[in-house]
Amino acid sequence: MTKLRLSATELVAAHVFDGATVAVGGFGLSGNPTDLIHALRDSGAKDLTIVSNNMGVDGKGLGLLIENKQVTKVVSSYVGENKLFAEEFLSGALEVEFAPQGTLAERMRAGGAGIAGFFTKTGVGTPVAEGKQMQVFDGEEFVLERGIVADLSLVKAHRGDAEGNLVYRHTARNFNPLVATCGRVTIAEVEVYEGETYIDPDIVVTPGIFVQHVVLATPRVKDIEQRTVRPRPEGKA
Amino acid sequence: MAWTREDMATLAGRDLQDGQYVNLGIGIPTLVANHLPEGVRVTLQSENGLLGIGPFPFEGEEDADLINAGKQTVTAQPGSSFFDSATSFAMIRGGHVQTAILGALQVSGHGDLANWQIPGKLVKGMGGAMDLVAGTPHVIVLTEHVSKDGTPKIVTHCDLPLTGQRCVDKIITDLAVFDVTEDGLVLRAHCADTNIDDLRAVTGAPFAVDLDPEFVGP
Repeated sequence: MTKLRLSATELVAAHVFDGATVAVGGFGLSGNPTDLIHALRDSGAKDLTIVSNNMGVDGKGLGLLIENKQVTKVVSSYVGENKLFAEEFLSGALEVEFAPQGTLAERMRAGGAGIAGFFTKTGVGTPVAEGKQMQVFDGEEFVLERGIVADLSLVKAHRGDAEGNLVYRHTARNFNPLVATCGRVTIAEVEVYEGETYIDPDIVVTPGIFVQHVVLATPRVKDIEQRTVRPRPEGKA
Repeated sequence: MAWTREDMATLAGRDLQDGQYVNLGIGIPTLVANHLPEGVRVTLQSENGLLGIGPFPFEGEEDADLINAGKQTVTAQPGSSFFDSATSFAMIRGGHVQTAILGALQVSGHGDLANWQIPGKLVKGMGGAMDLVAGTPHVIVLTEHVSKDGTPKIVTHCDLPLTGQRCVDKIITDLAVFDVTEDGLVLRAHCADTNIDDLRAVTGAPFAVDLDPEFVGP
C-alpha cells in the first residue's frame, strides 16, 4: 500500500470544502507546496480560512487564492510582500488575524499535539493580547493562545516515501512539519518520491502517521524573492 | 555628518560578545554581521530555521531552499543546523538567543517598541519581532533618529500598535546612543556634529545624560 496519489487537483478537490480552514507550509516563497496551492485555486472552494506564515506575493503562492477571491480570513504573521492583499485588507474585504510568528508555529504544534492552548509572554501588552485570557506565572504576565486544527493541511517536503514519511531541505522546512501535524487531512507534495525504498528511519522528520496522501511535485525552477550574491574572488572559478 | 548606516551597525556590533547567539532583523541590523569588532565571532540565528548564517552565496550558487528571514539567499556556516519554526522560536522565546537587533517605527523612553503596523496605512505584520523582543534577554533597536517627515521616532508614549512593552535595552540612532533604564533614557554618546540641546529638540522623550568617557566614534 502506498500513500502516493497521482492527481493533486483531484485530491485537493476531494478534501476541501467551502468554509474550510486550510493550513499551508512555507516561509515567503520558500518551501511552498506550489502544486497543491494551484489545486486549491482550481478547486474553486470559497470562504476559506488560510493559516500560513505569509500570503505569497502578487501572482505567486497563496497570493493566487486572494486574486481568485476564495479567501475570507487569513491567519499570518507577515503579509508585507503582497499589494493586492494589503488593498483587500485595508478595504475590509479580507479579515486578517495577525499572529506572532513563534506563536503561530506553536499554535500549529499544539493543535497537532492535542493541546487546546498554551500561555506565552509573546504579545503581552500589545494588540495581539487584547481580549485574551491573561495569567501571571512567577511574577510575569502571559497570554493564552489557542491551538490550531485545520480541516486540510498542505505541506511541501523534499522527499517522501510510501508510508508518508517526510524529510525537508535546508530552510524550506520552516512551518511544514508543524502544518503536517495540525491537519485533519494532510497532503504532502514531495520533490523526490522514495516509494518502498523508504527514508532512513533515523532521519525522518515528519513520521508518516501525520500524512494521509503524498503527491509528486511538478518539476519547476523555484522562486527566489531576494536574490543576493557576492562576487567570486579574483582568480577562483 | 550624522552617523551612516554602517556606523550604526559598527556601534551595535560593539555590544556583542564573542560566542553569542544573535538574531539580526531586516535592514540596518543585517549590516551588523559585517561590522563586528576584531576577535568577536557570533552565531547568527535566522528565525525561518537556520542557526549559523553564512555569507551571501557566490553568483550562480544561490539556492531557493536556503534563505534568511529577509528572504535573501544565504549560505550555511560549518556547524550550522536547520530546524522547523517551532524549534526556532523555542530558541528565541526560551531566551537561548542572547541578543536581538531590530528596527523601529517608534520606540518609547521606557523601551516600548512599535515596528509592525501603521493602522489604515501600512500592513505588514510583526513576523517574528514580538517573539524576539519578548524572549531575548538583550534587545537593541537601530533606527534613524527622526522619520522622513522629521518627527521624532523616540517618543514618550508610542501611539502606534506595540510590538512589545518595556522590551528595548539600547537605542542606537544616526545621532546618538541611549541606554534604556528603569528611570528612562540615558544618553551615552552622540555623533560629533550634534549637541545635547539639539538632541533634545529631535527626541520626543526626556533623557538623562551620562556620556561614556571611553566612547570613540565609529
